[in-house]
Amino acid sequence: MKVAYWPGCVSRGFTPELHGSMALLAPLLDIELVELDRACCTGAGVIAEHNQELADTLNARTFALAQQVEGAELMMNICSTCQGAQSECQERLDANAEYRGHVNETLAAEGLTYEKDPAGWAGSFTNKNFLWLLVEEIGLGALRAKVKRPLTNLKVGPFYGCYIVRPRDRLGIDAEHPRDHYLHQVIDALGGTVIEYAGMRKCCGFPIITMNKDASLKQAGRHLGDAVDADADCLVTPCPLCHLNLDMQQPLAEKVVGRDLDMPVLHLPQLVGLALGLEPKELGLSRHVVKPTSVIDWTTTVVGAAA
Amino acid sequence: MAEINGSPPGAAEKFTLRLRRFDPESGEAPYWDEHTVELEPHRSVLEGILQAKALTDGSIGIRCSCRAAICGSCGVRINGEPGLACHTHLDHARASAAADGVIEVEPMGNMPVIKDLIVDMDAVHWKKVQRVTPWLIAKQPVPEREYLVEKEAMVDVTQSMACIQCGACVSDCLAMEVDPGFIGPAALAKAYRFVGDPRDDQQDIRLTDLAEDPQGIFDCTHCFKCVEACPKGVNPMGQIMRLRRIAIGDQKIVDKNNGERHEAAFTTLVKDFGLLNEAELLPRSYGGNSWFGKFHPAAGKVLLSLLGVTVKAVMRGKMSPKLAIFGHKLPKQDLDAVKKIYEKIESREERYELNLYITGYDEPDETPVPVAAAASSGEESPAAPDTEGSAN
Repeated sequence: MKVAYWPGCVSRGFTPELHGSMALLAPLLDIELVELDRACCTGAGVIAEHNQELADTLNARTFALAQQVEGAELMMNICSTCQGAQSECQERLDANAEYRGHVNETLAAEGLTYEKDPAGWAGSFTNKNFLWLLVEEIGLGALRAKVKRPLTNLKVGPFYGCYIVRPRDRLGIDAEHPRDHYLHQVIDALGGTVIEYAGMRKCCGFPIITMNKDASLKQAGRHLGDAVDADADCLVTPCPLCHLNLDMQQPLAEKVVGRDLDMPVLHLPQLVGLALGLEPKELGLSRHVVKPTSVIDWTTTVVGAAA
Repeated sequence: MAEINGSPPGAAEKFTLRLRRFDPESGEAPYWDEHTVELEPHRSVLEGILQAKALTDGSIGIRCSCRAAICGSCGVRINGEPGLACHTHLDHARASAAADGVIEVEPMGNMPVIKDLIVDMDAVHWKKVQRVTPWLIAKQPVPEREYLVEKEAMVDVTQSMACIQCGACVSDCLAMEVDPGFIGPAALAKAYRFVGDPRDDQQDIRLTDLAEDPQGIFDCTHCFKCVEACPKGVNPMGQIMRLRRIAIGDQKIVDKNNGERHEAAFTTLVKDFGLLNEAELLPRSYGGNSWFGKFHPAAGKVLLSLLGVTVKAVMRGKMSPKLAIFGHKLPKQDLDAVKKIYEKIESREERYELNLYITGYDEPDETPVPVAAAASSGEESPAAPDTEGSAN
C-alpha cells in the first residue's frame, strides 16, 4: 500500500526515534511511505488559534501535495496532534465549496489545488493516523499473522491523549469505527495485556507547558501514576507531543506529584516493531529519557526462551 | 423524547441502574446500589431514576425540573460520560454500558457532592460564571430605540447563549481537574457571549482581565472534553480559542502568562523554518519572540529548570546538538511558498473566517462554486463573515 506520508515536526525533531521506527516498520507491513518533505507544520491548533484561514491554507497545501503523490490513495500521519489539527482544517475546507475556492485561490500561486474528491483516491480525500490505518486498512487479523515475538506477559497501558479521540464526529468515531479503542485492539493483537487506567484518554498537559507548567506536569504525573498503580509495565502513545510530556518531562513530573514514576512510554510504531521482530536498539528505545528496562527485559527474556 | 400522547412505540423492558450514593452528613463512605426499573426503551435515564425513587427507594437524591433538556438541572455522568439524564434514552445508555449492561449513573465531577447525584453548582460553577461579569455593559450613548448590529455577529453569540448551565463541561474539564481555580469552559463561553457582542463596551477590559489571570484563557489545555460534554453544541473550547484570538490579534494584549508570546513564537517559527523548531519554541515562549528571547531572565530561569532533562535527552541521542541549535527547515522553494501564504493572509485588513455554526455544511450533492466566483465575493462574503472582526 502506497501512502502520502506526513511525519510531522516533532517526529523528526525531539523524538527522532518515532520517524525512524516508522521507516523500519513500514516494509514489514507492506506500506510504501512517500514522505511529504515539502509540507509545513500543521500548526498544532496554535496557528488556527492565531488565524484560521492561515492554518487552513497551510494544511490545504499539505493535502494538495499529498494528492500529487502518484499511486497513493491515502495520506498517513504518525502524530495525533497533526491528525487533530489537520482534521479540523479539513472539516472547514470540505464543508463549504466557496471557502475551499477561496483557499485554493491562495494555493494557485504555487500551482496547487486541494480537491475534496481527488481523482484516483478511494472516495473523498482521507488522512489517517497510523493507528487507524493499522486497524482499518491492514486489519487486526493480518497484523496478528505478522507477529514474530508476541508481547506475552507485557502489560501495556494505552495512552490515547486528546486529539485522536475528540471530537468524535469530526474524527469519524462511531460504532463501526471505534477508533477510541484501537490501541486496546492493537495491544491485544500483538499478544500483550491491556491495562486500563483513569488517564488513558486524558490530556498529557503538553499544550500548557509554557503557560502553566505546574498544572501541565501535574497532568502528566497523575496519569503516569495511575498507570503505575494499575500495574502497567509501559505505556504506548500515538502522539509524539504526549511523549514529550510523559517521557522527556517525566523527571520533572515526578517532582511535581512527589512520587517515583519510572514508567517507560513507547511510540506506537516501536511497540508494533518489537512484536514484529525488530530490535529495541534499532527502534530507538535507548533514546528515551525513561529507560524502557521492563520492555527490553521482556524482549530478551522471550528471545532467550525461544532460542 | 417523550411521547406525551398516543401509545408508546415499544413495549416496556427491564433496565438496571447502578447509582452512586453518598450522603456527606452521614459520615459513611460513598457506595453503589442497583435498581431495576421497567420502562419503554425510548424513555430517559431520568425517568428510570425517578421510577426507582418512586417505587423502591425514596431517599435517592436527584435534581430535575423540565425533563426536556431545557432547564439544565439533571446533569450527571452516565457510564462515565457527562450529560443530561433527561436527554439520554435508556436503550442508548444500555448500549454504551459495560459488558454487564448495567447503566452506571454518578454525580458530575469537579464539584462537591451535596447528596447522591446532586452536586454543589453554587460552590464551583456559579462562582465562576459570576467571575466573568456575565452581563452586557452597554456602549454609550444608549440609542433611543435599538442598537443596529450585523446579523452574523448576533447569530455567532447565540452559540454561547445556547448554554443551559447544566455543568456538564465543568464536570469533565481536564484543566480544572489539576487546577480547580481555572475559570473553566462554561464561564469562559459566557465571557465570549459578551466579548463577541458588538453592543458591549468593554471588550478590552474583559480580555485583559481574562488573559492576565493565570487561571484564565491561557490555562485551557485544548483537550476537547467540553466540546464533547456539551448537550447543546456550545463548543466552549472554540469560544476560548476565539477569546485568545481577539485578545492577541485585535486587542494586542501581551499577558504575563506567556499566552501571547507562545502563540507569536510558534507562528513565527513556522513562518521562518516551515517546521516547528522545538528548541527555540520554549525559550521564546518565555523570553519573547526573537532569537534573543533565550537570553531574557525569564527564559533563563525556565531553561535552567529544564536543563537536566535536556542534557539527558542529548546524552541519550534523542536530540543531536546540531538539531538543538539550528532546528530543521524546509527546502528554500517551499519555505518561500509558505512565507508568501503568510504574507498574503496576514496582510488582510480583517481575518477571513469560516464559522460553521453560521454557515452550516454544504449539501452532499451541491455543485461547487467556481473558484473565480468565490474569489470575487471577497472579504465581505456573507457565507464566510469575519464575525469577530465585525464585533469590534
